[in-house]
Amino acid sequence: MRVLAAMSGGVDSAVAAARAATAGHDVTGVHLALARNPQTYRTGARGCCTIEDARDARRAADVIGIPFYVWDMADRFHADVVDDFVAEYAAGRTPNPCLRCNEKIKFAAVLDRALALGFDAVVTGHHARLGPDGLLRRSVDAAKDQSYVLAVLTREQLAHAMFPLGDATKAQVRAEAAARGLAVADKPDSHDICFVADGDTRGFLAGRLGAAPGDIVDAATGETLGRHEGAYAYTVGQRRGLRLERPAPDGRPRYVLSITPVTNTVTVGPAEALDVSAVCADRPVWTAPGLELPMECQVQVRAHGEPLPATLVATPEGVRADLHRPARGVAPGQALVAYRPERAGDVVLLSATITSASVAAGPGVSAGSGVSGGPAVSGGPGVSAGSGGSAGPAVFAGPAVSGGGAG
Amino acid sequence: MTYLDHAATTPMLDEALEAYAATARDVGNASSLHAPGRCARRRVEESRERIAAALGARPSEVIFTTGGTESDNLAVKGIFWARRAADPRRNRVVASAVEHHAVMDSVAWLVAHEGAEVTWLPADDRGRLDPAALRAELAARGDEVAVISTMWANNEVGTVQPVADLAAAAAAAGVPAHTDAVQAVGQVPVDFAASGQAALTVTGHKLGGPVGVGALLLGRDVPCTPLLHGGGQERDVRSGTLDVPGIVAFGVAVETAVKQQQHFAATVGALRDDLVERVSAAVPDAVFNGDRAERLPGNAHFSFPGCEGDALLLLLDAQGIACSTGSACSAGVAQPSHVLLAMGADDDRARSSLRFTLGHTSTRADVDALIAALPGAVERARRAGAVKPAR
Ligand SMILES: Cc1ncc(COP(=O)(O)O)c(C=O)c1O
Repeated sequence: MRVLAAMSGGVDSAVAAARAATAGHDVTGVHLALARNPQTYRTGARGCCTIEDARDARRAADVIGIPFYVWDMADRFHADVVDDFVAEYAAGRTPNPCLRCNEKIKFAAVLDRALALGFDAVVTGHHARLGPDGLLRRSVDAAKDQSYVLAVLTREQLAHAMFPLGDATKAQVRAEAAARGLAVADKPDSHDICFVADGDTRGFLAGRLGAAPGDIVDAATGETLGRHEGAYAYTVGQRRGLRLERPAPDGRPRYVLSITPVTNTVTVGPAEALDVSAVCADRPVWTAPGLELPMECQVQVRAHGEPLPATLVATPEGVRADLHRPARGVAPGQALVAYRPERAGDVVLLSATITSASVAAGPGVSAGSGVSGGPAVSGGPGVSAGSGGSAGPAVFAGPAVSGGGAG
Repeated sequence: MTYLDHAATTPMLDEALEAYAATARDVGNASSLHAPGRCARRRVEESRERIAAALGARPSEVIFTTGGTESDNLAVKGIFWARRAADPRRNRVVASAVEHHAVMDSVAWLVAHEGAEVTWLPADDRGRLDPAALRAELAARGDEVAVISTMWANNEVGTVQPVADLAAAAAAAGVPAHTDAVQAVGQVPVDFAASGQAALTVTGHKLGGPVGVGALLLGRDVPCTPLLHGGGQERDVRSGTLDVPGIVAFGVAVETAVKQQQHFAATVGALRDDLVERVSAAVPDAVFNGDRAERLPGNAHFSFPGCEGDALLLLLDAQGIACSTGSACSAGVAQPSHVLLAMGADDDRARSSLRFTLGHTSTRADVDALIAALPGAVERARRAGAVKPAR
């Protein structure tokens, strides 16, 4: 096959391209220039957007012995990923830009162009398995698995995707890179969002959205516990950075339960109020064929989150996952990804965008609890009762993004 | 492989390669006083004389450098500094809008870091400069101008400039003029003394010499502040131990290329005309860029509406055909050509262009291979262009 390898300058995409070439494919390497001005994004080689990364990618292509080009995708990336990222936060949701980049850039803009130019597929260094059966599965390396940020791909997109690293652990990838003479073998992984300098998401958003001070309100009493500089800086489940002026009445730590852009309010409450057992999501993408709802499966509600047993049911807007055990820190805007556990690797069944989460399944409870309405997660006192508050508090340092800037 | 990128770099001439090999083993620093040093010195000076003779300069006017980029930097910055130091009112550079980056970015650097002012001379839709515009600029504020830089021939679209008229305008105003003749030497007649220029850039690797060696021809009375300080080897205007085998091979290449210039222009020019005709027949809506008459014999340049030059390059490369979208670009993002934009092309037309350049090793088979691959590539690139996001 004639394949186009997206090469970020990192070790994963370099080895992926090399594996594709070794497998006998006619490989062409492409580095996607995503920054409008590379210098204004972060400096230093961190695996995504800098001139150094482009050089690393080019050097890797030279070593592999494949043609290499730079494609300017900055305008598309800005419109579809960066602007979307800002808009999602402004709407009180927590987006995953890596997922969006896969959906809109790597397997849309880049893939379309590649197909038009006569290529058959796009190769990336994502850690996920994609077999001849067309099913997307978790990587053998559970810690590096990126199926969550790929689950949004449609079957048509997957039909033109190639993930040569799915059966390798990260350690194996690095060893193979060294054995192949690729200088990026020990280049550090990228963790942060590639377009946010220094990982300072809050500062980035503040620069885009400006200061928008508002109240931090206690869910139980309605009392104002403090002020914030912009509701967009918060993510459901977050504890750090709240800087409450007054302790909550019961003196226990407070977590962000919901964000309400309309009133510019951040609602906080005790850890157990984060517990939800029904997660609603819209815009479902049916990754695997032949699925019927309701269905038993496992769901994952954020990058690197643990799999949760659930029953998936159909709703007018899309799907709802009724969790068998309550879970914490479910943020609207993140993806709900359903998996079917299998020995050969958990199979991705479906992906959808979380709109709300509530304490109990069934109509009525989660109704009207959309992000733009009232608190999305908890209604107030008493709601958390019986929700298994014995589990330790979930602590989130900040937005649950990541998923790796592979590709 | 079909190599249609001789303007980027052209293969070394056999004569130059042999001269290089014959000298490369010998030790000797041309500045040393002992026998090996004297031998090196003699070779350097013979080469200097050869180049001077071939290009209508005096040997003392030949300053060896590492190539076109250094010569352009030295001429633009060096003459600017020296002239402004002598007369602080002379704080302006006049340069054309179609210069190579080695000149453009030197000028931009002077503006950004030295407080210089700049006048960019416009080009017409064929890339030609208008001597009247230079005359008008010099009439308006000639006493502010430190240096003028206008290229002999354009590296992208191949347009040959009215060099004599431009030099005459500069001379009338008493302002030293530099010309970047990197693409011109060996393709069109170049005579430094007759040109009336104060300084002229030439580089080895565009005319059959090695990469990394070139010269600035600098008139004896033209003030120029050095960029590089050290041993003062080259007339105190340029320091650094001389690259003896490189300089020897460069001298042979210049001499050979100049000797063969008429033959080159006739044969390569005919091949180029054939290429242009056949490209236009194979892709009827291809737009020919540049001037048909005042043009380098090796250059053909087209825009292919609806295509991205980058996509065409990729597709042709995959079929073993090497060409260019303009000047070679590093790992960064390709920008639309400033030359085409200066010629009034819009962004799309600038991005849809491709340069084919022929040289001393080109054959009819190269043109055949291009014509066989081009229509399919254009069709493909057009399809890919259709999915291109709107800018
Ligand atoms: C017109 C022109 N000037 C200057 C240069 C730079 O010359 P060199 O590669 O020797 O530094 C080039 C080559 O790209 C050129 O085409």
